[in-house]
Amino acid sequence: MKKIIDLRVTLSERVGAQCVLLKAKPVEGRLPECKPGQFAQLRVDNPETFLRRPISIHDVEGDEISFLVQEVGKGTSWLCSLKEGDLLNAVLPLGNGFTLPCAKSTCPSLLIGGGVGVAPLLFLGKRLREQGVKPTFLLGARSKAQLIRLDAFREIGDVFVTTEDGSEGERGFVTQHSLFTSHSSPLSFIYTCGPMPMMRAVAKLARERGIECELSLENRMACGVGACLCCVEELADGHNHCVCTEGPVFDARKIIDN
Amino acid sequence: MMADLSVIIGGLALRNPVMTASGTFGYGLEFEDFVDLSQLGGIVVKGTTLKPREGNPYPRMAETASGMLNCVGLQNKGVDYFCEHIYPQVKNLPTNVIVNVSGSTIDDYAETASRIAELECIPAIELNISCPNVRQGGMAFGVTCEGASSVVKAVRKAYPKTLIVKLSPNVTDIAEIARAVESEGADSVSLINTLMGMAIDAEKRKRILSIGTGGLSGPAVKPVALRMVYQVARAVKIPVVGLGGIMTAVDAVEFLLAGATAVEIGTANFIDPSVTMKIVRGIKEYLDRHGFQSVRDIIGALEE
Repeated sequence: MKKIIDLRVTLSERVGAQCVLLKAKPVEGRLPECKPGQFAQLRVDNPETFLRRPISIHDVEGDEISFLVQEVGKGTSWLCSLKEGDLLNAVLPLGNGFTLPCAKSTCPSLLIGGGVGVAPLLFLGKRLREQGVKPTFLLGARSKAQLIRLDAFREIGDVFVTTEDGSEGERGFVTQHSLFTSHSSPLSFIYTCGPMPMMRAVAKLARERGIECELSLENRMACGVGACLCCVEELADGHNHCVCTEGPVFDARKIIDN
Repeated sequence: MMADLSVIIGGLALRNPVMTASGTFGYGLEFEDFVDLSQLGGIVVKGTTLKPREGNPYPRMAETASGMLNCVGLQNKGVDYFCEHIYPQVKNLPTNVIVNVSGSTIDDYAETASRIAELECIPAIELNISCPNVRQGGMAFGVTCEGASSVVKAVRKAYPKTLIVKLSPNVTDIAEIARAVESEGADSVSLINTLMGMAIDAEKRKRILSIGTGGLSGPAVKPVALRMVYQVARAVKIPVVGLGGIMTAVDAVEFLLAGATAVEIGTANFIDPSVTMKIVRGIKEYLDRHGFQSVRDIIGALEE
């Protein structure tokens, strides 16, 4: 069940160049059940902004929820300025979330993140591991300074890295990583979140190799609950679909390839 | 003391004057986790047209100082889909469900209205002659007395139940339009729809919205809406439904004082999905604090 909930910030920590890791706990009551790939609408109490900001759920540990917030405008800057002890109002959990494979599946999953798009993959990786599926992460960024929380990902699974300038891991885009050229073990599933051009490239690669693939969109939203229809994405069926309720996670085959 | 909150709009009895604005509350179902719908006067559901509409391309929204612009463009699956798939889900909701009706031609409006008229549990429609985001119809009908009169005349023939006409603020004299639709038999007018605006991304030197312009809503438009509600309430005898940037109970009370019989809450639902219930409670508190026994005592009750 979706809830409007007051949270108290338990940690606010700079991670990477423009990102803050925010952890928070409900002021009272319990955190509702959240799934990897779902998001929260965080209230911004800044007179220069008006709407909430949709932010992926980065992790849930008991009643503590985490968000990775990248400073891109006035709203996210305000969120990044929060300090331990501050209040944060959230509407959550929203959206559909990633599909977790059935417990029988033992084939490995690859979780591909770009920039701050790595955010939902930590929570997803933990849930996959609980199900006995070993996650492998492939994380891309422009340069080393933009890589976020590699240690946290390494605690859950194998981590491969690409940077566009070669300052960490392999040089290039995630889809150019040697994982895809070497004859490694077959993949059953790719999950991806990051910039749209990256996700389209990942989706194409998955399609060519017959690998199931889900991606998470981050269209601009107003309501976050399917009421205003502002955040729509035109899908391959030719119709506009609400990202906040029918997504943000979509089967890659539904995304228009251009 | 418990103040009486009930009001009447045409043939529609509302348990309180708080409704939701079309396009901001889905079909009500989207808000059931946040709001006890039985505590609302009514909900006005998404704009419905005769044929399905895809709406405008993304991006459809831009945040502004104290508000937002949208150019959704009436995306909906059409009246047949509404009658077959959505009506069964909303007909037993514990509040008045009002359908917002839009169209490209007069015949579209009339036919959609007559289809909705057959639905037993829909007591009223809100006729949208004021959508700024569609090329044909929509606001084109709402900006002249002749256009507004001709649509309302046709719909009045096709629709026997309570007919609320939603007016555009993008006009020189909104009172004149209100009088025109009143004389064609509208039971009520609601105002304001969004104000036409534009947002520009200076870095990219581009207009942000896909069609260039959009409708402005939120607290930014409230003073304009209040002024128009005040003018219209003095110009017509039918009840006025006021909306435009209401965020709090005090905002709602201001509209009632300006002459509105009921109010609609729109964009505020995006900031606080439970805001409508808080506004109902706040109006009650206001009435009790000032010793009014009925909300009807404050409608148009401005001191000189």
